[in-house]
Amino acid sequence: AKSNSTLGRGLLSLLSQDTLDEATWEEIEDTLLLADIGAGPSAELVDRLRERVRVLGTRDPGTVQALLREELLALVDPQMDRALNVDGEQKPAVILVVGVNGAGKTTTVGKIARVLVAEHRSVLLGAADTFRAAAAEQLATWGSRVGVETERAEQEGADPASVAYRAVERGVQEGTDVVLVDTAGRLQNKVGLMDQLGKVKRVAEKPLGGRPVDEVLLVLDATTGQNGMQQARVFAEAVNISGIVLTKLDGTAKGGIVVAVQRELGVPVKLVGLGEGADDLAPFDPEEFVDALLR
Amino acid sequence: MFTSLSDRLSATFKNLRGKGRLSEADVDATIREIRRALLDADVALPVVRAFTGAVRERALSDEVSQALNPSQQVVKIVNDELVGILGGQTRRIQFAKRPPTVIMLAGLQGAGKTTLAGKLAHWLTSEGHRPMLVACDLQRPNAVNQLQIVGERAGAFVYAPEPGNGVGDPVKVARDAIEVAKTKLHDIVIVDTAGRLGIDEELMRQAADIRAAVNPDEVLFVIDAMIGQDAVTTAQAFNEGVDFTGVVLSKLDGDARGGAALSVASVTGKPIMFASTGEGLTDFETFHPDRMASRILDMGDVLTLIEQA
Ligand SMILES: Nc1nc2c(ncn2[C@@H]2O[C@H](COP(=O)(O)OP(=O)(O)OP(=O)(O)O)[C@@H](O)[C@H]2O)c(=O)[nH]1
Ligand SMILES: Nc1nc2c(ncn2[C@@H]2O[C@H](COP(=O)(O)OP(=O)(O)OP(=O)(O)O)[C@@H](O)[C@H]2O)c(=O)[nH]1
Ligand SMILES: [Mg+2]
Ligand SMILES: [Mg+2]
Repeated sequence: AKSNSTLGRGLLSLLSQDTLDEATWEEIEDTLLLADIGAGPSAELVDRLRERVRVLGTRDPGTVQALLREELLALVDPQMDRALNVDGEQKPAVILVVGVNGAGKTTTVGKIARVLVAEHRSVLLGAADTFRAAAAEQLATWGSRVGVETERAEQEGADPASVAYRAVERGVQEGTDVVLVDTAGRLQNKVGLMDQLGKVKRVAEKPLGGRPVDEVLLVLDATTGQNGMQQARVFAEAVNISGIVLTKLDGTAKGGIVVAVQRELGVPVKLVGLGEGADDLAPFDPEEFVDALLR
Repeated sequence: MFTSLSDRLSATFKNLRGKGRLSEADVDATIREIRRALLDADVALPVVRAFTGAVRERALSDEVSQALNPSQQVVKIVNDELVGILGGQTRRIQFAKRPPTVIMLAGLQGAGKTTLAGKLAHWLTSEGHRPMLVACDLQRPNAVNQLQIVGERAGAFVYAPEPGNGVGDPVKVARDAIEVAKTKLHDIVIVDTAGRLGIDEELMRQAADIRAAVNPDEVLFVIDAMIGQDAVTTAQAFNEGVDFTGVVLSKLDGDARGGAALSVASVTGKPIMFASTGEGLTDFETFHPDRMASRILDMGDVLTLIEQA
């Protein structure tokens, strides 16, 4: 396994030393920084930890390690409900998937469809990315891979909102369990594109008779640094995010930015992406996530 | 939003003003603010450390202590050092003495390689070249179609003998492409490859095999400007894996501060050659180290601050 400490030592070995000195505290902060937790939150965490250590009067590195894990876990909040909201009273449940360019939206739609199909639900995909070259084909390939149909525009450049509308409308007519709507990647500082996304959501809700979509999933790439926060804020403002999917956790990035994102938005990370295959999707596990951060 | 470096530095400088000389404590306070700004901009921690170390040393030297306005001098040092790392060796595309010139693209999944392939083809066509695109991502669903569409838009021929979606050998496609380019008289070959992780040894070996098969004049490492601390590990892995010759920073049209630019340039020493600034064919420009330095440090404000200091 690769070491993620700059100094190649790793936090755990450091904490197994028998004294707590300044260097140790610095190393703890470094570990958090390297996981993309962010400078502000990392400093706060270390301060809080120092205070607790002072109050407890402990000098035992093992205790400090346990406290750090505990603090992080509390931040990630294991109590949050992380289930996908697909079992509402009314059919279809509609899931809208949004995020910046290349984050892993289309792949995630394919993987979620796979899970839902395995649970014997009927699923329909909506290709509301009418912009990127071959985006609809990519989604349709995923659809056929997992055995579900894809509603798509006749031609490239069509109105994404109307594709979303048609997918949801078809889901209503056919009594589909879940409609998954893929959207085009967009950077959050593009006002026009963010407005368009708001419209996609509003129009997709029309066939639902005033009921909002059941889930809006923000897809965040685990390699994302501090900009992830800005992504979360602006997307949440545009379409009211209900859950986060953290992709590409199979790489070396830790995805620490989601800690701050979750706290800011008050919505949970629900799923993690662990590869490019159809089965590389897993529920978010707070303990696993925290242990990986500290590794 | 985090407070900008200029806000923080102006607070620090307020104490310094009128003092004339910088004490070691003054310098350290300033360095702390710079460190924080770099971290907020996603510059990787080891790079932040080396950078602030170098700045500190210079800030404590005679060049500063004898300056009329030491705090102003510190900011100038920061800017100079930053531009130095970012732009140490900016250069243009290396063309082959005997065509075709081969340009290979590599990077993480979703970084912007295929889009860049189209941009390069469009730009090189406008410069009077006859580029050919090669579809070597045979993995990701419809990556081949995507390149075909991108190529069509750019008005460039796309060599795509395999359907992809898991079918075909990318190394063979790459190798054959060179012969095709020669017979069809394309003077430039742009090889699009699948996205891969730095730790995926098998796929990294495949990328190295593609490299060996086409013997490229340029291997461009495409990296997303939004990337955080992982920039170092990833850049090192690709540097070892495919020994890239230049870097392209993508998605710079976003609002990420783009500290990765500093991380990659600093740990690999490879030049950042281009910036990708949108999804369109023409959203592509030469990389500007000075603009990037301002962006990372929020330097627009800092420079105003120097004038006030
Ligand atoms: N390693 C890894 N790669 C992933 C994961 N999820 C997606 N990818 C890859 O990331 C790249 C981008 O994924 P897409 O699903 O096309 O991303 P997107 O957000 O739909 O992209 P746009 O629609 O262009 O904005 C592809 O090469 C995927 O195979 C993951 O969890 N791990
Ligand atoms: N805003 C913006 N989007 C970009 C830029 N470059 C690429 N994109 C978008 O980012 C997404 C991924 O781009 P691709 O070119 O498919 O990336 P890739 O590296 O080929 O991805 P894989 O082949 O899946 O590894 C697409 O939605 C592109 O339109 C850029 O400079 N700015
Ligand atoms: Mg997509
Ligand atoms: Mg590609």
